[in-house]
Amino acid sequence: MLNAQIQLGIIDYTIMGIYVLFVLGIGWALKRYMKTSTDFFMSGRSIPAWITGLAFLSANLGALELVGMAASGAKYGIATSHFYWVGAIPAMVFLAIFMMPFYYGSKARSVPEYLKLRFDERVRCLNSISFAVMTLFASGISMNALAKLLNQLLGWRYDISLWICSAVVLVYVLKGGLTSAIYTEVLQFFMIVLGFAPVVYLGLKDIGGWHNLNNILGNVAQNPSAIELNSKTFQPDAWTSAWKPLLEGSGNNPMGVDWFAMVFGLGFVLSFGYWCTNFLVVQRAMAAKNMSAARRTPLIAAVPKMIFPVLVILPGMIAAALAFTAKDNYRLPPVIIKNMPAIVQMVKSTSTENPAVIVENIRKSTGLKMSDAKIFAVLSDNAAKPLTDDQIAMRLQNAVLENDYDGVILSLVKKYCPTGLLGLALTALLASFMSGMAGNVTAFNTVWTYDLYQAYIAKNRSDEHYMWMGRVVTVVGILLSIICAYLVSRWSNAMDIIQLVFGFVNAPLFATFLLGMFWKRTTGTGAFLGLLGGTLTSALFHALSTTTGNVLGIKGGYLWSLMGKGIEAMPKHVIFPSEMAQNFWLASFAFIGCFVLTAVISLVTKQEKTDTELTGLVYSLTPKIKDSEESWILRPAVLGTILLVGCVILNVIFF
Amino acid sequence: MGLDLRFPIGLMFSLVGLILAGYGLITGSNVELYKRSLGININLVWGIFLLVFGIIMLVFAMKGNKSS
Repeated sequence: MLNAQIQLGIIDYTIMGIYVLFVLGIGWALKRYMKTSTDFFMSGRSIPAWITGLAFLSANLGALELVGMAASGAKYGIATSHFYWVGAIPAMVFLAIFMMPFYYGSKARSVPEYLKLRFDERVRCLNSISFAVMTLFASGISMNALAKLLNQLLGWRYDISLWICSAVVLVYVLKGGLTSAIYTEVLQFFMIVLGFAPVVYLGLKDIGGWHNLNNILGNVAQNPSAIELNSKTFQPDAWTSAWKPLLEGSGNNPMGVDWFAMVFGLGFVLSFGYWCTNFLVVQRAMAAKNMSAARRTPLIAAVPKMIFPVLVILPGMIAAALAFTAKDNYRLPPVIIKNMPAIVQMVKSTSTENPAVIVENIRKSTGLKMSDAKIFAVLSDNAAKPLTDDQIAMRLQNAVLENDYDGVILSLVKKYCPTGLLGLALTALLASFMSGMAGNVTAFNTVWTYDLYQAYIAKNRSDEHYMWMGRVVTVVGILLSIICAYLVSRWSNAMDIIQLVFGFVNAPLFATFLLGMFWKRTTGTGAFLGLLGGTLTSALFHALSTTTGNVLGIKGGYLWSLMGKGIEAMPKHVIFPSEMAQNFWLASFAFIGCFVLTAVISLVTKQEKTDTELTGLVYSLTPKIKDSEESWILRPAVLGTILLVGCVILNVIFF
Repeated sequence: MGLDLRFPIGLMFSLVGLILAGYGLITGSNVELYKRSLGININLVWGIFLLVFGIIMLVFAMKGNKSS
């Protein structure tokens, strides 16, 4: 998009260059410490808690966090903070207090390996294959987003951006293994915070402070269609209260979610499923230097996580307020016209036709909601005095009414950052995508080497051999990520399908862990069939439900379509107000399906593991950890309680 | 793992801060450049902040290396 491109100065490139050099330098500096496979895959279990804590958070700071949360901030307001204060902190505290002792104490090298120790090979195999595939796609999606962004923003070629960024990640992960990924994630954490903080400050100052922002968002809530945010109208506090609009029902908040789906679906099933069982983040805690550091890792991460909404959600809210007041002619970034050259030609070559017909043709060709008045203006100006291609393209782009929410954070960077600070903010963005990719690749190479290659393909080889395999599979993992990125970029439905399948597999997973860790009667057969049953429940729920305004198909309800029925024949309670509500309920049903099935099958199947084998893996059979050697304030239970109280206070303040 | 992470973090932010603050000093009179940052010479202000942050990190890294 022509009018979105930014011209970087030498100073901006210098800052980017310094960052890349330091990231590569860390990889090189750590190369000499990589002597065994434990060093390469698990950092020799020697990292201090403050580093693993910040890496734990940073591994999750990919594209979704920075770009996606700002987008949600504009679309839903302060309610987006539920992804933090409900959907992250409680799960991180639970992981630290109750689950890390099993992960770390069992000496398992990965989450799938814990499943093998607790259940059997079938459960490990199912989890490791689904996780390995998922991490590759997640990495590919992240890199596709980065390359697309650099292409739109700086005009860099998609292929060059993709390969260069991937090569940087490859070099430092290849040299320093997990330690390199963890160390650079900490560097990236500081870069992200320090790169975006000035943008938030300038935005808040520009809008007139927090109080003024609240007032403007009150007006936005009563007329969101003025900036194409929502076709409904809401109470004035819909963008500035986290809970009140939610308690008024799914139709009365911009998220379209009810409080139960939010608390149970997001706050329990999805968040505990992600933070407590996803090896990508748990791996950071498993690299800590001792049990105490491993338990403190998620708690240290929870502190910045709690205040991160200021950095990632507030910019979206500021953007919505700026657009509503049209301050300095600011508008939310429009969806990009993909076939712009053809549309420009349409404008230039149809000067003799009826303008109304041309306007209709342009709207049909773009497939977007556009302002007729603005298209007419382009046509009449071009007829009076021919415009250049760039001028036509820029004005047509501005005629698009639909918002591209993923561009919100960048539109603020563009608005407030002069040369210099611009380089810092873009480097922060680059850092977020790279940390996402490196996190996925290191998790992938560990799971592949330990849980698939060593377990099923090449048992009893030397340690050097597994380290060699780790390096080979790092290269393969990066190449497969690049292929995934191309797949997602070429086939627009790929992203939806991938994320849909992720949802099916992830939703029931926490039920397996919960029963496995806290009920010694849970059997391997119960866990395996329960997981499959939970995934099947997800798929069935999705096939039977849909959301308002969606066509039956990829977005759900395809079973009704196969039966030859339309959305009008579907019962009301399976038509959700939003995709988010559908996802939260899907997760809830998948969890319940998996939980019940696992428990029932466990009761009718024989427990193959003895109590001795389950010691250190199940709560009731594991000696309780004594934290007496530490200051009482540093004990995980105390820290966790403080964090939860902080969370409650934040929820009350923004109720 | 042998490498004190505070050292590269401190060094990098000192360097970036120094460059940013230097650029802010040179371009301080360019009113047009700082219009978008609401008239604040944000490069100078934030550059100094990053420089101080980097130096603090470096001091901690050096202190850490002196102890066992």
